[in-house]
Amino acid sequence: MAALLTVKGLQTHFNTDRGIVKAVDGVSYHIDPGETVGVVGESGCGKSVTQLSVLQLIPSPPGKTVGGEVVFEGRNILEYEANGAQMREIRGGKIAMIFQEPMTSLNPVLTIGRQLTEMMELHQGMGKAEARARAIELLGMVGIPDGAKRIDNYPHQFSGGMRQRVMIAMALSCSPKIVIADEPTTALDVTTQAQLLELMQNMMRRLGSSLVMVTHNLGVVARYANRIYVMYAGRIVESGDAKEIFGHPKHPYTIGLLSCVPRLDECGKKERKLVPIQGMPPALINMPKTCAFLPRCAYRTARCEQEVWPELRPVADRHYVRCFDDIGQANVCK
Amino acid sequence: MAEAGAVTETIGQAATQARVTEARRFWRVFMSRSLVRIGMVIIVALIITAIFAPILAPYDPYAQDLSQTLANPNTKHWLGTDSLGRDTLSRIIYGSRTSLMVGLVAVVVAAAIGMTLGLIAGYYGGWINPIIMRFVDGLLAFPMILLALAVAALLGGGIRNVIIALGVSLVPVYARLMCGQALTVKENDYVTAARAIGASNARIMLVHVLPNCFPPLIVLMTMMMGMAILAEAGLSFLGLGIKPPGAAWGAMVSDGYQLLLTNPILAFAPGVAIMLTVFAFNMVGDGLRDALDPRLRGTL
Repeated sequence: MAALLTVKGLQTHFNTDRGIVKAVDGVSYHIDPGETVGVVGESGCGKSVTQLSVLQLIPSPPGKTVGGEVVFEGRNILEYEANGAQMREIRGGKIAMIFQEPMTSLNPVLTIGRQLTEMMELHQGMGKAEARARAIELLGMVGIPDGAKRIDNYPHQFSGGMRQRVMIAMALSCSPKIVIADEPTTALDVTTQAQLLELMQNMMRRLGSSLVMVTHNLGVVARYANRIYVMYAGRIVESGDAKEIFGHPKHPYTIGLLSCVPRLDECGKKERKLVPIQGMPPALINMPKTCAFLPRCAYRTARCEQEVWPELRPVADRHYVRCFDDIGQANVCK
Repeated sequence: MAEAGAVTETIGQAATQARVTEARRFWRVFMSRSLVRIGMVIIVALIITAIFAPILAPYDPYAQDLSQTLANPNTKHWLGTDSLGRDTLSRIIYGSRTSLMVGLVAVVVAAAIGMTLGLIAGYYGGWINPIIMRFVDGLLAFPMILLALAVAALLGGGIRNVIIALGVSLVPVYARLMCGQALTVKENDYVTAARAIGASNARIMLVHVLPNCFPPLIVLMTMMMGMAILAEAGLSFLGLGIKPPGAAWGAMVSDGYQLLLTNPILAFAPGVAIMLTVFAFNMVGDGLRDALDPRLRGTL
């Protein structure tokens, strides 16, 4: 099956007073039709910037995508002019995005209806009445009761969870092929998170769209993602099927991430301590050529300190890792 | 099921109520100060006066009655007459038309040009911003009245040229404020979100950035009304404004000023009219600022 979206060697750099920040430094991945892909990593590892780069939404200056390609429907969409007609047609129409902060992602001076219909009028050439009817229908689909009344409300009359539902409705209004959700539930409380994740999953199934879930919440990807990419310091350090990653993590960083999450199935062990990863993620200026995780790694060897950070290498079927060694600790609980 | 319906109903009502209270809150804060209320009354009275000037004025403001020159206030001429025997009250009433029109048109034209420049400079940034804003800074370096004087001297008098002169001198103020507003507003998530749904630059600027920049600009427009009216009076006083025999408050003060010792009412009456008008616009501007201040939202 041909991939829907293929990203090859994407590099996005930011020029700052202190030097060039290589926020995304050679990231390659693909998204197949209809699957849910999780992109996991700490704050500042480049996961959001990667997604913004795909749609050329990086504020420039200071940011710039300096290398790589993004192939969508057989064309490298990075060649399109950033705000040109071709790029605008893809944004929202074919690849939609849901942002982290529902409280600030809606324009406070426009009604919900106005913002929902804007996209349909832009991309599908719908008339006002038609778009409005569809918007009310969408509000119902994302679980906002009484859409006909609520459509004329302003964002400040909605709660955070409701606003994120509106954002989901907006993202799905033109039946995009891919929805990129950038930490869609981080700003919400836990019960709302669960509801919204279920909702998104159901809607994706209904539309047959692919979902890219960017998050630092491993619980979210464990439940919903088919495949997972783990990012660190602007690169992908491990990728594979969700089951494989959770069952047999190979990269020290992934292992570290998993051992600082509490689990209910403690495999009969009476107690397991949560082990935090030591240290801080690196500032991405003047990075050494060696492995970026090296200073925090519990498994480092002499080789790691001498040689250049290796490329991703296969360790199992569809499972790749960017590390010299096969870390034997297959599963934290075995 | 009935229960769920009731809950939905309540949510809907609460939402409508929130909207209503927001508007109510605005009015309550706006009208809470007595000075603002007085200002509103003066402005409304002024507008009515300007519209119905021909009905309200007891005499033709241009008709000379040479048998009645320099009359003191009396029952026939409430505010006396000037050296050509024209009724002062009628001239003040007609003068309100000049003042309001010059103020309004100059401010609206200046706001339209200034806001466009500021919006483009602030939104696009990059090399466009310095080009526009350095030009604007250059204009800002001159005191407003000096700039207006220079333009008026260049173009000559007449109501149209006064409007142009004042408009030009007000443009940089709007451009600067708008540029700052656009710079902050464009960083909001909803602007990125709009871009992510494929909105064009023009659309983002007009639909998403501009309306969110408005509150301080509305306040500025009200305050500037007062300033423009004052500046128009200044230009007319200096003889660069409305040509005689046109009725303008500034020109009336200028004429009456020569007779200040014998007929002080000739200069004082239009002077008081100018003062009250400027005061009213400033007070209303203050009230608007308080009512639109987002930091006070929910506290008053």
